[in-house]
Amino acid sequence: MKITSEEAKKIALLSRLSFGDEELDKMKSSMNEILTYMEELNQYDTDGTEPTVHAVELYNVMREDIPRSGISHEKALMNAPEQEDGCFKVPKII
Amino acid sequence: MESMTIHELHEKLIKKEISAVHLTQKLIEHRNSREENIHAFLSFSDEEALAAASRTDARLADGEKISPLEGIPGAIKDNICIEGQKCTAASKMLENWTAPYNASVIDKLKALNFISLGKTNLDEFAMGSTTENSAFGPTHNPWDTRCVPGGSSGGSAAAVCAGEAVWALGSDTGGSIRQPAAFCGLTGLKPTYGRVSRYGLLAFSSSLDQIGTLTKDVTDAACVLNAIAGYDAKDSTSIPDEPEDYTKALAGGVKGMKIGVPREFFGRGIREETKKAIERALHFYEQEGAEIVDVSVPHVNSGVAVYYIIAPAEASSNLARYDGVSYGFRASGSKDIIDMYLQSRSQGFGEEVKRRIMLGTYVLSAGYYEAYYMKALKVRTLLKNDFDKVFKICDVMITPTSSGTAFPFHSFSDPLSLYMEDICTVPVNLTGVPAVSIPVGFSDGKPLGMQIIGPNLCESRILKTAYAFEQAHPEYRKTAPKGEVEL
Repeated sequence: MKITSEEAKKIALLSRLSFGDEELDKMKSSMNEILTYMEELNQYDTDGTEPTVHAVELYNVMREDIPRSGISHEKALMNAPEQEDGCFKVPKII
Repeated sequence: MESMTIHELHEKLIKKEISAVHLTQKLIEHRNSREENIHAFLSFSDEEALAAASRTDARLADGEKISPLEGIPGAIKDNICIEGQKCTAASKMLENWTAPYNASVIDKLKALNFISLGKTNLDEFAMGSTTENSAFGPTHNPWDTRCVPGGSSGGSAAAVCAGEAVWALGSDTGGSIRQPAAFCGLTGLKPTYGRVSRYGLLAFSSSLDQIGTLTKDVTDAACVLNAIAGYDAKDSTSIPDEPEDYTKALAGGVKGMKIGVPREFFGRGIREETKKAIERALHFYEQEGAEIVDVSVPHVNSGVAVYYIIAPAEASSNLARYDGVSYGFRASGSKDIIDMYLQSRSQGFGEEVKRRIMLGTYVLSAGYYEAYYMKALKVRTLLKNDFDKVFKICDVMITPTSSGTAFPFHSFSDPLSLYMEDICTVPVNLTGVPAVSIPVGFSDGKPLGMQIIGPNLCESRILKTAYAFEQAHPEYRKTAPKGEVEL
C-alpha cells in the first residue's frame, strides 16, 4: 500500500497543508517508508480483538448542570490575528 | 559541592541558611551564564520568580510553614499554559500566543506559591526525541554540547541537568520525559495516564499525553508529583482516586519484591553497555532481597508501529484547531478562507509536525482506516493484555530507557530510524502505566538510563524501587560539567 502523488495531494488538501512539488515528493517518500514499516502489524492476529482507544477504563464523566463562567470575551479575543466589533475577522468565505 | 535538590534546599530555607530570593537570584545568574551554550529556555519569567521568592521569604520571616516545593525555582515545558505568559510549543504557529488561562497543574503549583524561572524548549508540539525540531533552535546536552539532550522535553531536562533550575515539568507522549532524563542523567517520571490533569497541556495525542517531572533525584520526583497529582474536573480522563503522599514509601526497600525482566526489551539495537549496566542493577536488586523473574511482553516490537499510527492520528485531529482564525499564526495576503488555512498552516508548522498531520490524516482516511488505525488499536489491546499478564506475576518491570547514551546532532538521516529509538518507551504510553527513568551508569562520560515500569497507580512502588538503587549508587548522580551553582 503506497501513496501515489495524486493521493499525497489529496491528503495534503484534507490536512489543510500546501507543499511545493519537490517538498511533497520528499514528504511522500518518507511517509511511504514509514507506512511500509507499519505493515509489520499484519503479522499479529487480531481477529476477535477489541480495539483500545484509551488506556484507562472509560466511563461517562458527567457533572451537575450548574452554570459557571468560562473564558471572558476579552480573553477569547486577545490572541486574535484580526478582529472587528468584538468578533474574529476572516477573509471572504462565500 | 552544593546540594541542589529540592529536599536539601528546603532544609536550608527552613533553617534560614539561605533565602528564597537569594537562591532565585543565584539560579538566574547561573542560568544567564549557561544559556548561550545550552539554550534550555524559550522565555524567562524572572520578575514573577523573584516576586514569588519574596513572598516565601516573608512567610518564613512570619514563622509560617512552607510546603516542600515552595521557594525552590523550577522550569515549565513550553507546552503547558501559564496565564499571561507566552506558550509557544516551540512552534512558529504559536510564537506570539499568550495563554489566557492556567493549566490545572499550574493552578495547583500557584496555590503552593511556586517559582518558575521560565518556559523550556521542546520539539515542536512535543513531536520528536531530540529537541532538534524546535522552531527556535535546538537545546544542547550539558554533558556534551555536541549531543542532543533527548526530547521532546529536552529543554526541561537540560535546564535541571545544567543547574539552571532545580526541577522541571515535562510532558511524555511516547517517552518525552524518560528519554531526555536518561540522556541528561536525571530522574524522569511519567505518572499513570490520568493521575495528573492534562487540562492546559497543549494537546498532541490525547490518549497518550501525560504531564510528569524531571528532577535530580527520586525524592524530588515524589515531591513534585505530590504537588501536581490529583483529580481535576476539567479533565474528563482524570482519575478520581485520591493520590498518595509519594514521599512516604520511598525508603521501603525491595526485599521480597518480584522484578520482571522482559527479555524482548533487550533485543534490537540495545547497546552492550546499556545491557551490562542494567544487568549490574538487577544483580544489586537480587542482593537486596528482590526476586528477578523472566517475563515476556511478546508484542513489544509492535509498539513503534502502533504508536506512530495512533499518535499522528490523534495529532492530525488535535492540530486541526490551528487554522489561523481565532489565535496563532495567520499568513498574510490570502485570497480566500481555504487559502488562508493552507498558507497559515504551511508557514506555521515545521516539517515533522506536517509529516505527522499527513500520516494521521492518511491512516484515518476512508479506505485506510481499517488497515492502519483500527489495526493499531487492536494490537494496542494485545500489548495491554501482555502488560496485564506480566503484572500478575511481578511487581515492577525493569528495561532500558533508550538504546544507549545521548547521540550527536543530526545522527539520523530519516524519520523512521529515529522513531525506532522509542522502542522501550512507547509501550508504556500505549498501556497507560507509570514509569520512571533513573541513571544506571555512564558510558564515554555520558549517562545511561534504566526504566522501571509499574502497574496503574503504582507510582509509589516504582519510586521505591528507583530509590533503593539510587541511594546505593551516589556515583551515578554526578553533576554535569559546569552544573554547579555557587550559592
